[in-house]
Amino acid sequence: MSALADVIGKARAEGRAALIAYLPVGYPDVDTSIEAMVAAVEGGADVVEVGVPYSDPGMDGPVIQEAVDVAVRAGVGLREVLRAVEAVAAAGAVPVVMSYWNPIERYGVDRFADDLAAAGGAGAITPDLIPDEAAPWLAATERTGLDRVFLVAPSSTDARLAATSAASRGFVYAASTMGVTGTRATVGDAAERLVARTREVSDIAVCVGLGVSNGDQAAEVAAFADGVIVGSAYVRALLDGGGPAAVRELSADLAAGVRRAGVRA
Amino acid sequence: MTLSAHLPAPDVGSGHLDATARPEWPDATGHFGVYGGRFVPEALIAALDELTEAYEAMRVDPAFIEEFDRLQRDYTGRPSPVTEVPKFAELCGGARVLLKREDLNHTGSHKINNVLGQALLTKRIGKTRVIAETGAGQHGVATATAAALMGLSCTVYMGEEDTRRQALNVARMRLLGAEVIPVTTGSRTLKDAINEAFRDWVTNVETTNYVFGTVAGPHPFPTMVRDFQRVIGDEARAQVLQREGKLPDVVLACVGGGSNAIGIFTAFIPDDGVRLVGLEAGGDGVETGRHAATITGGDPGVLHGARSYLLQDANGQTIESHSISAGLDYPGVGPEHAFLHDRGRAEYRPITDAEAMEAFALLCRTEGIIPAIESAHALAGAMKVGQELGPDALLLVNLSGRGDKDVETASRWFGLGDRDEVDPGPGMDTDQQPTEGAVSNDEAVAGQDAGEQA
Repeated sequence: MSALADVIGKARAEGRAALIAYLPVGYPDVDTSIEAMVAAVEGGADVVEVGVPYSDPGMDGPVIQEAVDVAVRAGVGLREVLRAVEAVAAAGAVPVVMSYWNPIERYGVDRFADDLAAAGGAGAITPDLIPDEAAPWLAATERTGLDRVFLVAPSSTDARLAATSAASRGFVYAASTMGVTGTRATVGDAAERLVARTREVSDIAVCVGLGVSNGDQAAEVAAFADGVIVGSAYVRALLDGGGPAAVRELSADLAAGVRRAGVRA
Repeated sequence: MTLSAHLPAPDVGSGHLDATARPEWPDATGHFGVYGGRFVPEALIAALDELTEAYEAMRVDPAFIEEFDRLQRDYTGRPSPVTEVPKFAELCGGARVLLKREDLNHTGSHKINNVLGQALLTKRIGKTRVIAETGAGQHGVATATAAALMGLSCTVYMGEEDTRRQALNVARMRLLGAEVIPVTTGSRTLKDAINEAFRDWVTNVETTNYVFGTVAGPHPFPTMVRDFQRVIGDEARAQVLQREGKLPDVVLACVGGGSNAIGIFTAFIPDDGVRLVGLEAGGDGVETGRHAATITGGDPGVLHGARSYLLQDANGQTIESHSISAGLDYPGVGPEHAFLHDRGRAEYRPITDAEAMEAFALLCRTEGIIPAIESAHALAGAMKVGQELGPDALLLVNLSGRGDKDVETASRWFGLGDRDEVDPGPGMDTDQQPTEGAVSNDEAVAGQDAGEQA
């Protein structure tokens, strides 16, 4: 069983892709960030990636860095993240934690898995943890039944696509371009090719992240992926001062987008 | 190569890159015990695999070995000499002190050893652009130099804070044709420059190779940089044996990321009787929390692509380090040092800013050698260890770099210039005043007495 696979399967049954929203805990402060996550759900997000603030976010572009930096300086940690997980679950969406590896290792891998499961979290996305280095995390997620989402990239070999998909549970995160997070004018063909290559070696759901910022792009990606992941655009809405209301509005636009694409073949 | 003149010729014609001479670690996937490995986004794995494969082929390729040896000899000026420093040694409990003179290399430090190897590797894998991170600017200058020599385009990431503190090296890099990008994210220092360089690499990996400056980062960097730097210890071991007929009792080196230390330690690792001592930057003192002594004052964790010791808080956030030496001002350390520490093969001790600057002044006055402030930490370590061991001890200290770049910092520390017009050096706040009682222009103290004042 997998909470993420279930929600993605449910969306598929409705003939659409799932909408996955990323927001970091602690920007502009913990309470507002949780309100924003709930607003994302109200606007139509199926899954919320609850972001763990980290001092050295090597895969993130300037937008997410700017917001996360504020949370790091405020001392926001996994205790607050677990509170956000509970709030997202209560709002009716599936919460999945997004964290670089060191905060989890520092908290204690088993302790994190236990506490995340208890808070109602589906699992975690770990952008700088490859399955090759993940033995303790694989064991902890087996024990608790949590999902574990690893990343694939356009540069991944077929062998790595197969191994990474096999190690993942819930979905596999396809990084659409070679680069860091951030909004882009076009998502490009690389994402579609990567999704197709992944499907050749695995049956797991494939969700696409990096670069999607509006309903039209969401529709474009939803035509070939099981889920559309949006991060920087949500964070941008908060950085621009729009607050939870702007997040809700963006979610509605994106939710319409993933429905506009029609049924994936 | 000096080495081949004194030791039996190894199989591939050059000792320091001979596969049989490598330590038995890391394993095939870059683990030094529980340390090392690869904690990076999947997008970089293909590039790291390509680099590993190309490097393993290159390191035993006779054509590469010949080219690398030629560059080291004709361009860097290797072998670097070993200098005995008897007047400085009197301040080290009378122990005998030998310096391995990496300060005499072209570009002024050991950093050139590594970048020449990585630049040759860049050409071998057909990439045309190199990027690098730099703290004090020494690795950036070395990379810009190698790029100019080999016709590669070069971009160097440097924390905005460091570009201000090390303006001279920024100018040097630009003279050499490199683009210097000030990094304004996070703490605006070396660790953020590394983050930014990784972001560039993942975006431009098709054309770009990342020339990493120290024995940290994801596999293969810790191993590859060690292999390129081990020439320091290979030469020094042979030089000491030749002149003394025995090995040193203690080998000392400063440790930031740890490349010069691994460089001089590696040849001595099988010599059980030789103590290996790494000197970390103790800043204001480890107990104050303002330091960069990662092994002494940190815990195991993951930073910049590898598991090692790091300075972190309860949430696993990296803590900003503090040191007067920009080159040691880094909250992480190479995974092999963590491994050597846990095995007890090497010991790591902190040296405060004040202790390092005292040793800095003493070497200037007693021997006419201006060391890099980084290397002054190793000299301060020699003073302590020498006093512990007494006159029978033979100490080998890696003088990893020269102090030209540090003149401004030292001037301010010792109150030599016009205080109001001198920018604060690395690790010094704008309101920080020169040390009370420091030597100044009008009260010069000759020779060994300098230490009484400094």
